[in-house]
Amino acid sequence: VSDRKLNGIGWSREAIARNIANDLPDGAVVNLGIGMPEKVVECIPEGREVLFHTENGLLGMGPSFGRHDPELINAGKNPVTAVPGAAYFHHADSFAMVRGGHIDICVLGAMQVSQTGDLANWSMGEQDAAPAVGGAMDLVAGVRTIFVAMTHCSRAGEHKLLRACTLPLTGRGVVSRIYTDLATIVVGQHGFEVLKLAPGVCRTYLQERTGAELIFSHEHQEGARRG
Amino acid sequence: VINKLCANAAEAVADIFDGALLLIGGFGAAGSPVELIHALIDQGAKGLTIVGNNTGSGHVGLASLIKHGRVARMICSFPRTANSTGFQDKYANGEIELELVPQGTLAERICAGGAGIAAFYTPAGAGTSLAHGKEVRRFDDRECVLEHGLTADFALIKCLRCDRYGNLIYNKTARNFAPIMATAARTTIVQTQSYVSAGEFDPEVIVTPGLYVDRIVTIPEPLQESTLVAAGAVYP
Repeated sequence: VSDRKLNGIGWSREAIARNIANDLPDGAVVNLGIGMPEKVVECIPEGREVLFHTENGLLGMGPSFGRHDPELINAGKNPVTAVPGAAYFHHADSFAMVRGGHIDICVLGAMQVSQTGDLANWSMGEQDAAPAVGGAMDLVAGVRTIFVAMTHCSRAGEHKLLRACTLPLTGRGVVSRIYTDLATIVVGQHGFEVLKLAPGVCRTYLQERTGAELIFSHEHQEGARRG
Repeated sequence: VINKLCANAAEAVADIFDGALLLIGGFGAAGSPVELIHALIDQGAKGLTIVGNNTGSGHVGLASLIKHGRVARMICSFPRTANSTGFQDKYANGEIELELVPQGTLAERICAGGAGIAAFYTPAGAGTSLAHGKEVRRFDDRECVLEHGLTADFALIKCLRCDRYGNLIYNKTARNFAPIMATAARTTIVQTQSYVSAGEFDPEVIVTPGLYVDRIVTIPEPLQESTLVAAGAVYP
């Protein structure tokens, strides 16, 4: 991360959230998971109406605007607000919305994603550390379109976009798109299709940091330096 | 005459026995019935099985109950918080058992238990290691896992307003698991910020009908777990 910061390469966490928000269609109902996805609620472009669902019982979640009501929080336990027209409900209702196919898009964090869209985001596979699954398995089972927000590599520089996940899976073949600090990638029929490269990132740089072959034929030309 | 009101939290939790199975409301700090949990810590019951989404935070409430060795087993979806190592330490030392359940499955198991449904099939977790050892069946070409309904000896929950019959109204996302937990326990104990006479609520806005509630404790100014944790509070 630090060498990238020095070189001014890649997107910030805010920029990743903006990339996701820009791709959410008007009128969509979108669930936001823990971590990077939480920021998406702050980034919806002017004039677009997106209804945010949070698993802990609120449809119509808005940004906190610096307010802090301990009984009005999101899935990450951080303060949020309720937009005019919002609704509260209990947990079984909330997950009926999820599993019943009533949510259009879900944005989740990830530890690993495979080129066939397998997602691993709940367990590091360690013996003595308790895993924590939360709502991720219900979400990938019930929401048609899953977006992932993640750093492209681990802090130690290990690949997280892989041919096959090595960590325990959350779901198989569930991820549609991946938004990282280095690129936006679609999980297509033939694998990782690069849609957009982050500022300062060339094809070679991205391929070196990815554990599966990248397909560049779908890439947008804007702002990308070729390599 | 229906009277579910208890003099205080200690009286409300007095008969919780060693080895009891408890549902405890809350999602993170929101909706955590802090006063009831603290009364349970004072009361001393041990070997408890706790069903809840998380494992508490800081050194108060559920985190403190766990830290003091009262909990033998947790059934939860997310046993992790940024500011508490109570559960993680016990787990690493093999001093507490964990049954990890996907959050929606946890909610539906409680819902089913409360509604007299023995078990149900859900697609959540199918094909993952959390489905190991569970019956799997295909419906419309979709793999589903058999999950059992959950019932408990006691439920400890928090609400905003309560009337004499035990009809409940909640506050924002502090509602979370409370309405379903109220249905699934033999004895449901609720702490409420305000207590009013029957007939004060519009029947259209009642979230939990009173028949699910057995005991009521009025806590006019409840401690907020998040405020306690931020202040570094320790209980007891």
